[in-house]
Amino acid sequence: MKKQNVKSPILSRRSVLMGFALVGGALLVGPVSQMAKAVSEKDFGKFGPFLKITSDGIVTVISKHCEFGQGSHTGLAIIVAEELDADWQKVRVEMAPANMALFGHTKLKIQITGGSSTISNSWDQLRRVGASTRAAFVQAASELWNVPAVEIMVDKGVVSHVGSGKTTEFGKLLRRAVEITLPAEPVLKTPDMFKLIGTENTFRLDGKSKTTGTEIYTEDVQLPHMLVAMVVHSPRFGGKLVRFEAQAALALSGVVDVFEIPSGVAVVAKNTYMALKGRAALQATWDDSAAEMRSDFEIMADHKAIANGDVAGEWGAFETVGDIGSAFKGGYETMACSYDFPYLAHSAMEPMNCVAQVEGKRVKLTFGAQSQTGDQRIIAAIIGCKPDEVEIETLHAGGSFGRRSVAISDYQSEAVYIAKKIGGFTPIKLIWTREDDSAGGSYRAMAYHKIKIEVDKSGYPLAWQHRLVSESILAGTQFAAGVRNGVDRTVVEGVQGSPYFKAIAAVDAQVSMPKSPIPVLWLRSVGSTHTAMAMEHTIDQLARRADINPVEYRRVLYKKAGNERHLRMLDFIVEKSGWGTPIEDGWVRGMAIHECFNTVVANVVELRMEDGEPHIRRVILAVDCGLAISPDQVRAQMEGGVYYGLSFALYGEVKIDKGIVQNTNFDTSRVLRMEDAPIVETHIMPSANRPSGAGEPGTPVVGPAVANAILALTGKATVSLPFVKS
Amino acid sequence: MGFILNVNGKDMTVETEGETPLLWVLRDELRLTATKYGCGIAQCGACTVLADGEAVRSCQMAVEDLADVKITTLEGLEGKHPLQKAWLKHDVAQCGYCQPGQIMSAVALLSETPDPTDEDITDAMSGNICRCGTYQRIRAAIKDAAKNSG
Ligand code: FES
Ligand code: FES
Repeated sequence: MKKQNVKSPILSRRSVLMGFALVGGALLVGPVSQMAKAVSEKDFGKFGPFLKITSDGIVTVISKHCEFGQGSHTGLAIIVAEELDADWQKVRVEMAPANMALFGHTKLKIQITGGSSTISNSWDQLRRVGASTRAAFVQAASELWNVPAVEIMVDKGVVSHVGSGKTTEFGKLLRRAVEITLPAEPVLKTPDMFKLIGTENTFRLDGKSKTTGTEIYTEDVQLPHMLVAMVVHSPRFGGKLVRFEAQAALALSGVVDVFEIPSGVAVVAKNTYMALKGRAALQATWDDSAAEMRSDFEIMADHKAIANGDVAGEWGAFETVGDIGSAFKGGYETMACSYDFPYLAHSAMEPMNCVAQVEGKRVKLTFGAQSQTGDQRIIAAIIGCKPDEVEIETLHAGGSFGRRSVAISDYQSEAVYIAKKIGGFTPIKLIWTREDDSAGGSYRAMAYHKIKIEVDKSGYPLAWQHRLVSESILAGTQFAAGVRNGVDRTVVEGVQGSPYFKAIAAVDAQVSMPKSPIPVLWLRSVGSTHTAMAMEHTIDQLARRADINPVEYRRVLYKKAGNERHLRMLDFIVEKSGWGTPIEDGWVRGMAIHECFNTVVANVVELRMEDGEPHIRRVILAVDCGLAISPDQVRAQMEGGVYYGLSFALYGEVKIDKGIVQNTNFDTSRVLRMEDAPIVETHIMPSANRPSGAGEPGTPVVGPAVANAILALTGKATVSLPFVKS
Repeated sequence: MGFILNVNGKDMTVETEGETPLLWVLRDELRLTATKYGCGIAQCGACTVLADGEAVRSCQMAVEDLADVKITTLEGLEGKHPLQKAWLKHDVAQCGYCQPGQIMSAVALLSETPDPTDEDITDAMSGNICRCGTYQRIRAAIKDAAKNSG
């Protein structure tokens, strides 16, 4: 047992609370007194804003990040419980209110959940919360029993002193513990002391509510006098409302009001079914003069024209190694390849929705919020209040995959505009149907990659020229400052920083980001949704061209690049997958390795073709995410990531005909079902490194592994996704 | 119009139009919100309930056609079904939004086929979409529940 360091400089509880506020509040504009007003010590108990302990011994961790399936709430609770030595059976978790000062992301300085960074940005922060609180209990017991603090043990919420046989519990010691000043620099455990982290001793804290149907999602919110709203949107992105005919809708019983809002025409009704009927009865006429009128294939053709230089584009360089000018002079052979990627809809199981209440400058939102600070800014501008006056109660969301952290707060704004018109703080539940959700934009952008490689005599790359054309996610949004020198990092990540580039003498990678009225957004694993394919499938084509086993080919490049982490992963996946061992006739293996959000994932798929479609029976997956807080939840995220990534690689595309989205429900948008779902076998690389993310990195690797397997089987390279065209 | 529905063993009266889908009556009128909306066109299975023990899509059933039908929703299992225990053991749920429908489909499967093969499971469950990708755990949990109640 480690000694508790009680001699280090100590702060009063009050200043510890403020200390947290300042840590998360680098962007804080108001004075500290305002913060104190927003969230008082009383609201969060005596152990700071992230932890409440009550006399019944229940330990409640306050989560600044939202839960939409990735197990973030459970993961955060495990970190606190570990350092606190709490009894996992008595641990609960509660969602924090929207409050950037107290609950900001430690790196991004806004309250947001994304980039698979929930665990990594909270790791130090929450360990200290647990450890300092544990120290307070130890100190309290030491004073009570008059024994040295170093002799006191804590296990499963029980505080004991072996020498005297004295023992008590958190709940019973609480009154004394809250009087102890928390150490500012508590001693943290070493990994060998972990009892919860890295073990199978925990379970999801939301398992029960989600298995009994008691979890309340936005869709389930019922408040007194609540009305349900739906919106008729322009069928085309960028269309403007000319007029609408409300009579037929208003004639229906249950329809309360019909009016224009900036994004279309709102129908407000007594319940969901009435809102659906009312909306169906509504006639609206649109002006398409500023709308996107192109079909999907025309937009792709325009992307290609830019990449080919047929149309002038603005280019931003994001990887420059050596001198590309001396390459491609004819002395060596070259290989060219290209890929086109369609628009993708997130299609979370719960379509977008939001409950809003407005009265004058008072506004409250209750929904599955993912980007609280961003939403607060946009809603404040609508209401005319300050961002931190926008109250947000965050509920669990029925999936997001990035859609709920939409930088333009589209559906949230709609709810607020409607609630503002209705007024009186009447709760308005805005519901998007599946069709609204599918046609509602904020897609993973279409992307085109055009690559030219010069290879040496043995077939390894000497020069790599990469042109990527895809709409910017950040440009034109409140996060536009993230676009630098014509490069939106979220578009190029995965090509940018590719481990292969350290093994190539000359690299010239540039991006061009055309604009369209179709809004685009991050989708689970963001840039990697297409860059993993562009890099990993190209590597296999190079290996095949050189007649070298793809594993050996990668090994040579990783070695040359000095990339130990990828080399270790390569050996690990070869061992786990049986790469190189015989496989039944007709079956073939394909491999891909990709780093995303500091986590490295390798996939080996086992595939055969059935009726011209790839059929995948098994995916062997290896992941290096540093220390796995909950191995079972890492496995769950790898399984889910593979299925999500396989779903969009096999079937995903938003089809647009003359500006109008064609496939708006699951009858025309195929997604992965159990019948297509391979076995996913996850192997976690043992690691003592800081935890990185698990929610997204499992997603983008399976697509290129499938493409590489098809290449091995048929000799044909994949040039466009999805694999299965409808 | 008034209709009497038998839901989870209780007769309940609802005032609504006869064509109203059961899904919206359950959710908006009876406040039984475990049953979810995901597509409205019988494609996703989020709205699955039991009608006389059979798995049906409540988004497709008009309330006027349900006079003599016993409806069971997830709430009606009261957390005691072996499948619910197996779901917890395997920590199946991620976002959880599809899970009420998944569990009701699995309940219907096991009552018909107490010891299902992999193929039985695939056939019974492929109408239920899970965007979080919990299929592997759903399969394991169904097998586990079948084993323990068989
Ligand atoms: S909502 Fe009924 S099947 Fe999707
Ligand atoms: S658990 Fe999220 S859709 Fe199934």
